[in-house]
Amino acid sequence: MNKSDRSWLGRALESLQPILAVLLGLAVGLAFTRFAGESPLHVLKVLYQSAFGSSYDLGMTLFHTTPLIFTGLSVAIAFHAGLFNIGAEGQLIWGALAAAVVGHAFPHLPGVIAPWIAVSAAVIAGAIWGAIPGWLRARRGSHEVINTIMFNFIAAGITSWLVIEPLRNPDTQNPETAPIGEAFLLAPFRVFDDAPVGPAFLLALVAAFLLWLFLNRTSLGYELRAVGQNEHAARTAGIDIARIRIFAMAVAGGLAGLVAVGEVLGNAGRFKVGFSPDYGFMGVAVALLARNHPIGILFAAFLFGALHKGAMDLDLETENVTRDLALVLQACVILSVSAEGAWHWLRRVGSAGKKRG
Amino acid sequence: MVHNEEFSGKMALSVPALLELRGVSRSFGALRANAEVDLKLEAGTIHGVVGENGAGKSTLMKIAYGMIEPDAGHLLIDGVERSWWRSPREAIQAGIGMVHQHFMLAGPESALDNAILGESRPTGRWSFLPPLLRPLDRKGAIQRLRKLSDEFGFDIDWTAEVETLPVGVQQRLEILKLLDRDARILILDEPTAVLTPQETDELFKNLRKLTRSGRSVVVITHKLREVMQFTDEVTVLRAGRVTARLKTKDTSAEALAEAMVGRKVVLRVEENGKSRTPVSNESVLQVEALTLAAARDNGKPRLNQVSFDVKRGEVVGIAGVEGNGQSELIRALIHPSHADCRTSGQVRLLGVDITHTRDSEIRSLGVSVIPEDRHEEGLLLDRSLEENYLLGLQRDARFSNRGWIKRAQLRTLVNEALEAHDVRPRDAEAKARGLSGGNQQKLVIAREFSRHPKCLIASQPTRGVDVGAIESIHSKILEARSGGTAVLLLSSELDELMGLSDRILVMYEGKFVAEHRRQQGSSPYDERAIGLGMSGVIQ
Repeated sequence: MNKSDRSWLGRALESLQPILAVLLGLAVGLAFTRFAGESPLHVLKVLYQSAFGSSYDLGMTLFHTTPLIFTGLSVAIAFHAGLFNIGAEGQLIWGALAAAVVGHAFPHLPGVIAPWIAVSAAVIAGAIWGAIPGWLRARRGSHEVINTIMFNFIAAGITSWLVIEPLRNPDTQNPETAPIGEAFLLAPFRVFDDAPVGPAFLLALVAAFLLWLFLNRTSLGYELRAVGQNEHAARTAGIDIARIRIFAMAVAGGLAGLVAVGEVLGNAGRFKVGFSPDYGFMGVAVALLARNHPIGILFAAFLFGALHKGAMDLDLETENVTRDLALVLQACVILSVSAEGAWHWLRRVGSAGKKRG
Repeated sequence: MVHNEEFSGKMALSVPALLELRGVSRSFGALRANAEVDLKLEAGTIHGVVGENGAGKSTLMKIAYGMIEPDAGHLLIDGVERSWWRSPREAIQAGIGMVHQHFMLAGPESALDNAILGESRPTGRWSFLPPLLRPLDRKGAIQRLRKLSDEFGFDIDWTAEVETLPVGVQQRLEILKLLDRDARILILDEPTAVLTPQETDELFKNLRKLTRSGRSVVVITHKLREVMQFTDEVTVLRAGRVTARLKTKDTSAEALAEAMVGRKVVLRVEENGKSRTPVSNESVLQVEALTLAAARDNGKPRLNQVSFDVKRGEVVGIAGVEGNGQSELIRALIHPSHADCRTSGQVRLLGVDITHTRDSEIRSLGVSVIPEDRHEEGLLLDRSLEENYLLGLQRDARFSNRGWIKRAQLRTLVNEALEAHDVRPRDAEAKARGLSGGNQQKLVIAREFSRHPKCLIASQPTRGVDVGAIESIHSKILEARSGGTAVLLLSSELDELMGLSDRILVMYEGKFVAEHRRQQGSSPYDERAIGLGMSGVIQ
């Protein structure tokens, strides 16, 4: 299909398609609330008010958007290398714990470098937790989907034990570590009232841009995508696919580890067991929605962040639906977008079949 | 329109054609795949339909077989006009059968079960049941099939699992399947693409028996030698239109090629009258005692003490029936680090021991590879031509500066390469998948030759490539040879090997069993002797 024989209108419509698919998914999801005895319009209003109603609400939405950007990017880079990283959850837990431990262990570091040290620790911890399944896949052939899923449980188990045993905070009954030093804390932006959204959000934007730059402008990024596209061709071309796979999973883990910046350094100031409402798994959905495009992930994460935050007020503001509606809406959006993808795919397969003359 | 008097003479002048297509047109979007195509298939003939990739051969046959509906045109069976098929099922009922290029067989099932798969023959007392619920009548089926295979000489072990059968036998099974369904018209899509010369002869011998029984065969192909040797009539398509309709005995391969391509084509590999530059004495690639342990099922090593060398400016051809270790040899050379690829031996490139180097280093030492299966190993099908051109060159100083890709430079060089190698379309952003096989291969060759390789390893460089492109690929290989490149050539087309090679090594069961040197004169090699080596007679 030649680019030039499509009209500008057709192309405009085509670029709008993902947005239309998202809207359709939301509409279908909201329609369900009708059956629960709520007015979909009322629910929509509550969602909107809760997500964007005040600068504080918008700030909270961005606060939830931030980790989703990181985990979305984490899933996306693995996907570009032909790998499915379902392990962002485990990777981000390790990242957060590492940041918290470093922040607690060196409380007297100067404020200029302290956050950087903690960020590095988070990236390294996440990268290691990502690289291990990467290595297992590349050198031992055991599938990364299975391994990353299992690594989530292992990460959750080990970190919980560390927090309630060796790293126990004697000042509290809660399963959390001792607070990190003052120098490590990142101040939130003032424009969002007291919402804990700060430098982590900017870091997420930068990370998305850098990832895009890496994938599309560098030789290594090209190699990574080549491996994802066709590993046999990549190998024949002399690309070391095992190294690329390990590298991709390490970067994926590192990106997931960056969730620590917003959660530990920017908000809690410590590691709390179970702090993540499955950001790692939501990252899979975010990447899927964005078709693994780093810039698209910013928007997809924002949508999911808004749904997550918006749904929080449903418990109070409506009679019959709860915040779990966020999951329903996210699912509907994913289904709708996937159906659109499937439609594209069918059309392509169809036209490829016809072309063979 | 040429009438076929030879056959009509035998069967009275008024015998109508078994199948006739008149004025068939079909478009896909802007593409006219078929434009007013006529095809007349006389009873008892083998009819070749030839044309380059994308000329509309497959579309035409899919129309005849009911897989595609035409936009316009008429269909006549036995001279009687009838409406177009609504599905292949109707075509099958009318006696038309098709063997697709990629066989439609269920690998783990027996040949017999494959033959009766999906048939709904009323079987006596169970005929009251809907077809899907009727029990399989294996006994009756095997009797019918044995009778057919005896009659037409298609030997098959009916109990064997299909995936264990050689390709040639699988093809026989596909044909018998059609005969069992009372097909009078058989359409074979590129039937010889996977066969050895001997198997090809065998196939056409059997097809000839079929035509003696009044059946007719349509063979879609682009191998002109086979058309000339085995067909009675031939229809040539170019860009969706019929450009020639001839009796085979009245034409020549050159004339057919011209009708296919639309210009004069050099069919034989020639260097424009120039004599071959002499081969230098300097070895580029030296392989010593390369061995690869046995696969699990047969005890024989896949590569057994293979030793040879390729010199500067020399083309060394490897002949052999598929599956005798050629692919393994190539893999062992280009993937030394891969555990499957070798067990012992030594490989040297320009005197440097590369037995244990990394895959990526082998390429940077000056080795280019034209892979056997360009879709699997050569291309990123869903990516642009530009990105495909970059594959393997992404760290080349021409395209990369400290890890950053030089995009402007890349675009310029890609456009130059598309122009120089006549890759169509000339659109760096087009997807590789949309290109014809010939153009995909030209893209691979453009990329691999841009490295100015010291050593070129080319497997099946013209497989599935149309006549016009074959000519240009051959001349590129010979150009590289004259420029001092050492070329290792693996091909299942003996003509290609004999045309290009300075030496031919014959491989059988993982070993070299014979070496033939190019002789002066018009027939540089003894084809029969090479064939004997391939079949394992000489050891």
